[in-house]
Formats: sequence, C-alpha cells, structure tokens
Amino acid sequence: MPELQGKVRKILAENLSVPEDQVKAEARFQEDLDADSLDLVEAVLALEEEFGVTIPEEEMEGVKTVGQAVQLVATKLGVSA
Amino acid sequence: MAERGSSQHARRVVVTGFGPVTPVATGVEEFWSALLAGRSGIDFIRSFDATDMPVKIAGEMKDFRPEDWLTPKEVKRTDRCVHLAVAASKLAWKDAGEPSVDPARTGVMFSTGIGGLSSLLQQHLVLLQKGPDRVSPFMVPMLMPNAAAGNVAMAFGFTGPNACITTACAAGSHAVGEAFRLIKYGFADVALAGGTEAAVLPLTVAGFAQMQALTRNPDPAKASRPFDKDRNGFVLSEGAGALVLEEAERALARGARIYAEVAGYGASADAYHITAPEPEGLGAIQAIQAALEEAGEPPDAVGYINAHGTSTQLNDAAETRAIKKALADHAYRTPVSSTKSMTGHMLGAAGAIEAGIAALAIARGEIPPTINYETPDEECDLDYVPNKSREADVRFALSNAFGFGGHNAVVALRRFEA
Repeated sequence: MPELQGKVRKILAENLSVPEDQVKAEARFQEDLDADSLDLVEAVLALEEEFGVTIPEEEMEGVKTVGQAVQLVATKLGVSA
Repeated sequence: MAERGSSQHARRVVVTGFGPVTPVATGVEEFWSALLAGRSGIDFIRSFDATDMPVKIAGEMKDFRPEDWLTPKEVKRTDRCVHLAVAASKLAWKDAGEPSVDPARTGVMFSTGIGGLSSLLQQHLVLLQKGPDRVSPFMVPMLMPNAAAGNVAMAFGFTGPNACITTACAAGSHAVGEAFRLIKYGFADVALAGGTEAAVLPLTVAGFAQMQALTRNPDPAKASRPFDKDRNGFVLSEGAGALVLEEAERALARGARIYAEVAGYGASADAYHITAPEPEGLGAIQAIQAALEEAGEPPDAVGYINAHGTSTQLNDAAETRAIKKALADHAYRTPVSSTKSMTGHMLGAAGAIEAGIAALAIARGEIPPTINYETPDEECDLDYVPNKSREADVRFALSNAFGFGGHNAVVALRRFEA
C-alpha cells in the first residue's frame, strides 16, 4: 500500500516541519524527527482528519516510528500497509 | 558583582541595543529616519476583510515574514506576537553587538497587553465547528501572554530571571523598568526587555470600537492625531520592541555603544476607573515624580518627554495636566511628542519601543515629531513638537505609558557619563 504510506509520510512531514525524505519508515519520532509529545498529538489530529479514523491516545503509546504509524493507520482502515 | 537585592550596592544600567519592529519601519536606522521624516505606518486593514467593521484602518506589519527569524517548526508552534517578539529581540541583540554573556545572569522581561488572542480564536472556532478532540495541543502555549518571554529565553538560552508583565498599554514600560531594577540590584547583569502585540483582529477592533476608544477618522495617515483638537481615538497597531540593558561597567569594559542610561522608573496605579484615566492625572504625576526621584533629577532637568499620547480625548488632556503638575512651569519649555501619531498604538509593545525612542533622542540629539498636529486644543497647550522633527541637546528624557487598568509606568533615561 505505497499510496497510503506516501500520504502518511506527507502529512507527518508537514506537521513535524521536516523534509519528506527524512520521514522514512524506520525514522523515530523523538530521536530522528525532533518531535515532542505536542507535535505527535498535532500529527495524529491531522492523520485522523485525512483518513477519517479515530486514534485514541493509548493506541499511540507504542508508536515510536513512522513505519509503526503507517501500520496503525492501515489497521484502522482495514488495509495492509 | 553586587550583593543580590542590595540597595547598598545599586549599580548603573545602560541601554546598548534596540530592536524596533513596527508598522513604520523595522530596525533602528530605518525606524529612526522614518520617525524623523514624520512617516505614518497606518493603512487600511489588509489581514482580514474589514468591509463591515466600524473601523477599517490599523497599523499592520504588512511585510513581516516570521520565517526570516524563526525555523518553520517554531513559526508553526507560536503565535504572531511571539514571532514579532523574537524578531525584535534578535534585532536588539545584534544592535548591541551580540555581547558574550553568562546565560544565568541574563534575564528576559517580555510583556504583552493581549497575548496570543488570534491563536485562541482560531482554536475556539475549531472547538465549535469540529469538537473538543480537534483542538490543537499548541493552543495553550500559543495563547498564553508569557509565551513571548519564554520563547525569547529559548531563542538565546538565557536562564536568568524571566517574566511577563501584563499591564495593557503600560506593559512594555513595566518590562523595561523591572529589567532595569533586576540589573540595578544585582539579580542579573544583562537583560532583554521588551513588549509585543499582534492583536489587529476583527474581535479586538470591534471591542475597542465599542468602547469608543478607536478613532473613526477614515484617513489612515491622518487618523492618529495626539493632542490635536480633532483627535477622537487611537489607531490599533501591532509590533514589538526590545532593548538590551546592561550593567554599565560591563558595557564599558566591552566597549559597547551606549545609547543612554536608564536612570529611573516610576510605577503607580490610578485606582480610579478600569479604563478612563484619572482626570487630573494624579496617578501619572505620582509615576513621573517617582521616576525623577529615582533618577535624582529635578523636574526642570527634563529635556524631552515621549508621551503616552494615544490620540484619545481623555488621555491626551489628562496627560497634559499631569505633565504640567509634575514639571510646573518647566512643562511649557519641555518638548513633548507622541510617536503614536506615526506608529499607532501598539498596546503592550508601545512602552518598550517608546523607551527606545527616548534613548535615541538622547543619543542622536534629535526629537521625532507629533504628526497631524493641526488645531490647538486649549486643554493641550504644551510644545508637542508639531509635524517636524527637531534638533535638541537632550540630556534627560522621560517615556510615559499608561494602561487600561489604571497602570502608569514612566521610564527616565539620561545621557550616560562614566
């Protein structure tokens, strides 16, 4: 599902104010993308808006990388990442 | 180093940098030459559609680009009032020669009248239209009035005393005065003192207009006319200003260019009405006298007053009465100008910018005019430096600021003699 991945990466890049090419699957939000907890909440809001899904706080807890975020959105949409 | 908080070891404090970010101009040289030329920064409102507003003019920072001063991420996470504050602080710091400092001994006093209201309003709209779970996590750190003080400290890494005084239109002067005291009494060696405002918004225009505080004069460049008989309200403006204050000996030791010494600071309250000035100017007189006393100067030492001069009927008449009572006959020999005739009223930023103007008047030997002064008012009978700048040997000057809430703050500046 490269299309989904591309969309999620684009939204994360915009919301975290980082170039899209840095938003790789293995990139860690805190360490690699300089995102704090507020950035992540903002990014999740944007993902929810774009994909029409609801991502409760507790489901974001284990999400540390871009790849994990793509996976979470894919699961919500019932597709494979 | 002085013993902290000790009045036995009061130290002298000087202004070594200034960063004005105003609708008239940005940067010391551009700002100063524009003020001397009598250029107005007021225009028709462009940041929103003002067609149906009771007032259609304001002082806006039309060409201000926050990305020139902050990273894209910082821009996104902060309100426009913080963008302006950081820009002013960076300009002031550069103007001071980017001194090397001990971060723990460097303070920040950054005021605002209103704070991040535009961010609050945007998010309130989100709350109403989309619900509570769509509200941005940045809403609180964007709207809080102290965000500028916090973000300026972060921009420079200064960990000294840090606060935001929120006293409406006197806030910028309180910031300068309190920063002065921090250094004078040994709580810091250097400070960035400033004020910021970014509240030219439909809601504030409506609110101030409902108070009858804004001028209905439709001609932008002519609307702000302090002390003129036909004045009928202030012009709402945005902007920011920061001063670099330093303990005098350390400024001398590093060969800093010194604009002026901060010689005194007087603060008082009208305790009279929440928005109207006490008609006899009693609170203002008290603040002027306190500033003179701390400076150790008699009333007839005053060579220039940068007036609060908002262009409202009430302020300009009460301020004139206050100056006449505080300075007695010397009032008639004292040039008094209101640069709000050009900048409009930048609310919480005004006092810091105007203290900078008073310091420049001393340093440059020139006094900026009160523009749009055409018809004398019997209640306002001082020398308002009408319409044209003037050369003058100013040794000692006052900068007046009075805010809704009845707050009065007067900063006294003196030519620095080692």
